[in-house]
Amino acid sequence: MSHIFTLLAGTGAGFLARLYMLRRDYRQYPSYPQGWAVHLFVGFIGAAIGAVIVPAVLEKEYAAVSFLILAASQFREVRNVERLTLGAMESTELVKRGTAYIEGIARVFEARNYLSIWVALAVAVTAELWGGSVWEGLGVCLLVGVVITLLLSRLMAGQTIGDIATVELAEIQFDNALLKIEETVMMNVGLETARSVYRERGLAAKIMPKGPNAKATLANLGQMQAIAHDVSAMIGVFMDVGEQEFIPLVRRNPDNGCLYLVMVPSEDDQEAFLTAVRRVPVLEGAVRKPLTSKAGKMLD
Amino acid sequence: MKLILAVVATDHTQVGGGAPIFYARSEEEKNEVALLIAKILGAAVHDLQNGVLVIVQH
Repeated sequence: MSHIFTLLAGTGAGFLARLYMLRRDYRQYPSYPQGWAVHLFVGFIGAAIGAVIVPAVLEKEYAAVSFLILAASQFREVRNVERLTLGAMESTELVKRGTAYIEGIARVFEARNYLSIWVALAVAVTAELWGGSVWEGLGVCLLVGVVITLLLSRLMAGQTIGDIATVELAEIQFDNALLKIEETVMMNVGLETARSVYRERGLAAKIMPKGPNAKATLANLGQMQAIAHDVSAMIGVFMDVGEQEFIPLVRRNPDNGCLYLVMVPSEDDQEAFLTAVRRVPVLEGAVRKPLTSKAGKMLD
Repeated sequence: MKLILAVVATDHTQVGGGAPIFYARSEEEKNEVALLIAKILGAAVHDLQNGVLVIVQH
């Protein structure tokens, strides 16, 4: 019974941390409520593991500790499940997420369980070390839990396109059937009806990387697809099933590493469009830092 | 994989080969036929800029 406070405080803190990290945004992923139920329960198990480790070590139950660490390795299955789910749903998306984005999401969901284990562990250690009254101990645990959660989520927060690039509107031009943005050919639009839709409703953005690291990151195909998908998710896309002319496209200018996005949004709002592009997350798997290499520095 | 599903043209001497070829009598009919085929197949129309339209599955 002596460890019951530690167990409750640690598990509770880890669970709440997982709940905090389950933010619902435009992506609606994990879906609500079933997706939430799945992730909260897995997070609860993680929190319990983190909380139990402390009393187990104190009681010199090292076999139990080994088993708990073994149990923690099961969380890697979370990544597989996420990957499979999102991969299976990919064919139902008008604009595909792309495998790189799916991998990124799966990785984040796996990592968040480990974060909830860390929070539970930190709070359990605090609770065990605390010698004062239960209510004061609860307050201290709460404080430690909040600080660790905020710190870890701050450290885990990725960049957005707006952080690594300047985004501005670009003009859509037609050279007969070729849709061009600043001499970069985006696609061949064969029908005049489709071309007039682009002339009237189409929007284009120029994404200029800030420096060589950003340039290398934006050159990733998965990142390019993620931009097309996320912007469509945020501001909507003017297309129906099978209308391949209107699929949002991202193309790269090899001369300067700029990306161009062209699409027909469902609402013609230029500011919303630019904001959406800036808010697209930079995929962890796409990040490249050539400037940290000797050869990269020589080129800069 | 990209695939040419059909070719629409007005000039009989310009096209030939494996993909289904649809001949149109005028520019309007060519565009109309290309649009209809593209809608039926869920594909995109591309202009080769020599009077020939190809319908491509992306």
